[in-house]
Amino acid sequence: MPATKLSKAATQDHASRIFDLDVSSLRELNQALHNLAPGSNETAWEVLHPKGSHSVAVGVDQPVSIDVRGSVGYYCGGMNSGSTITVHGSAGPGVGENMMSGSIIVKGDASQYAGATGKGGLLVIEGNASSRCGISMKGIDIVVHGNIGHMSAFMAQSGNLVVLGDAGDALGDSIYEARLFVRGKVDSLGADCIAKEMRPEHLELLQGLLDRAGITGVKPSEFKRYGSARTLYNFNIDNADAY
Amino acid sequence: MTYRNPPTTPRKSATFDDYTLSEIRRAAATGIYDIRGAGAKRKLPHFDDLLFLGASISRYPLEGYRERCDTSVVLGSRHAKKPIELKIPITIAGMSFGSLSGPAKEALGRGATLSGTSTTTGDGGMTEEERGHSKQLVYQYLPSRYGMNLRDLRRADAIEVVVGQGAKPGGGGMLLGQKISDRVAEMRTLPKGIDQRSASRHPDWTGPDDLEIKILELREITDWEKPIYVKVGGARPYYDTALAVKAGADVVVVDGMQGGTAATQEVFIENVGQPTLACIRPAVQALQDLGMHRKVQLIVSGGIRNGADVAKALALGVDAVSIGTAALVALGDNDPRWEAEYNKLGTTAGAYDDWHEGRDPAGITTQDPELMKRVDPVAAGRRLANYLKVMTLEAQTIARACGKNSLHNLEPEDLVALTIEAAAMAGVPLAGTNWIPGKNGF
Repeated sequence: MPATKLSKAATQDHASRIFDLDVSSLRELNQALHNLAPGSNETAWEVLHPKGSHSVAVGVDQPVSIDVRGSVGYYCGGMNSGSTITVHGSAGPGVGENMMSGSIIVKGDASQYAGATGKGGLLVIEGNASSRCGISMKGIDIVVHGNIGHMSAFMAQSGNLVVLGDAGDALGDSIYEARLFVRGKVDSLGADCIAKEMRPEHLELLQGLLDRAGITGVKPSEFKRYGSARTLYNFNIDNADAY
Repeated sequence: MTYRNPPTTPRKSATFDDYTLSEIRRAAATGIYDIRGAGAKRKLPHFDDLLFLGASISRYPLEGYRERCDTSVVLGSRHAKKPIELKIPITIAGMSFGSLSGPAKEALGRGATLSGTSTTTGDGGMTEEERGHSKQLVYQYLPSRYGMNLRDLRRADAIEVVVGQGAKPGGGGMLLGQKISDRVAEMRTLPKGIDQRSASRHPDWTGPDDLEIKILELREITDWEKPIYVKVGGARPYYDTALAVKAGADVVVVDGMQGGTAATQEVFIENVGQPTLACIRPAVQALQDLGMHRKVQLIVSGGIRNGADVAKALALGVDAVSIGTAALVALGDNDPRWEAEYNKLGTTAGAYDDWHEGRDPAGITTQDPELMKRVDPVAAGRRLANYLKVMTLEAQTIARACGKNSLHNLEPEDLVALTIEAAAMAGVPLAGTNWIPGKNGF
């Protein structure tokens, strides 16, 4: 699979500030990130030996780059606002949950709920994502190089989910206005989710997403688009079987 | 002359009473269950079934109006760097912007601040009206995450992870399309005019072990400054309280089935959960069994109406109570001054509960700009402050009569029950006896 090459939000004029979680605590890392003032010169951060720690680099609200050298546990980059976080390993459940802006790149796989309730920014998963990827997404863009599990994009409200591989069962169940683009096969669609026409504006949108995720050699025309049939937007007793 | 049998008096069924018959007809006509706001309306065992034992010889009362009776309480002292300090043990429960109008949220903030207590957001995000006028604001972290953002999370004074609600333990929400104004739609990232379904469970965690990690994340995001509350619907209060404590909660909120809702199925409101009275003793017992009573604070809500209810809840071991429906009534909800308009809606003042329709004549549970103008946030806030003051004075009066110089010194020994049911639920003796039904279990 093509590796993601994002333009760094932060300049590399200064040496990285290194936090070794074998030596420093998670609290010290997050507090140092939260203490960053706007315009700080400490724009490049490196986290060593995360060893599956939960809540690594959560609540960061400055445009810095953070390279995490290893795999992380739950909620890495939770509520991220503006930073660029790269996980050089795999991520546990809820990576990038409720992200506001910025970007998160996972070089390995991601567990459940990747990008859950995300409001903005870009989440790229170079491996596979598990179930409920993009659940209740609210404006985030998610690009998965591999496959995604069942119930992904459940109640997805807005934003875009791009999957280069396959999708599991019940994709987009109870979806609202989010757009789903899947290149491979879909095991099944959830309630109120239907395949939709790929119009020129969607091809253009998808090309932009692939470009932002640094993906080359893949054409938007290889994808199918899925979205809401909008039959559940206002309750109607004749649709009761769908609930 | 013919003999006629005397006619019998028409007799209606107790099972198929007038309300039940009307519900069957309504269901047959519409094909959908009834959705409404407010809490359970059926008669339930409640605080009215308990009585205080004022002091005589065996106990010594305090002088009313002369001797001090403390009402203050600190919430969130377990882990948070900045616990919540309240002047009174009565807080304003979470009610969403969207369900309530902006002026109503502002009035809640004004009234609470005047009284030295906190307000709580709801399933719709934080509004400037509420943040700007609430000295202490609890920010609810709900399954829907409508409007959830980093800035508001850090502007909050405490965070309440909502796992359940008394009116609908295990249920999600449904804000019907007619209440979705441009502003509400924008805050919730959904198109205007569609029904907004709220999930019944958090999308990114399942179970108490995940909750523990979620709480850790919230603490890390907010630098361990803010108390983390966990709110559960009153269904299994012993185990839910114990698991919330295990997950690291600073404060546990248990909402009994008299607790209100913006819009939920009537059948759910009236048939799921346990009465508030029945929830308190198991929740307190869980804290005591864990050695965490008074270390993790307990807030109970659901049908709290007056100072006697406050005093009784505290006597049973609660640290503070929350009010929702009563606060709305204090602002002006269901006020008889709007009787003619309630009649046009097919109801009467005191019974209006179609809050989801957005046509509230009082301007409180609506997004209609014209109706909203009927709420004067300053005057309504003053009314709420008056009401909170009365509740506090009432509770103090009772506490002094029981010889207590703090509301939190009230204890189960100060209470008896009028009914066997209430005695069993509250764990206090039936009046005139020393019998506590089910003392060795619940």
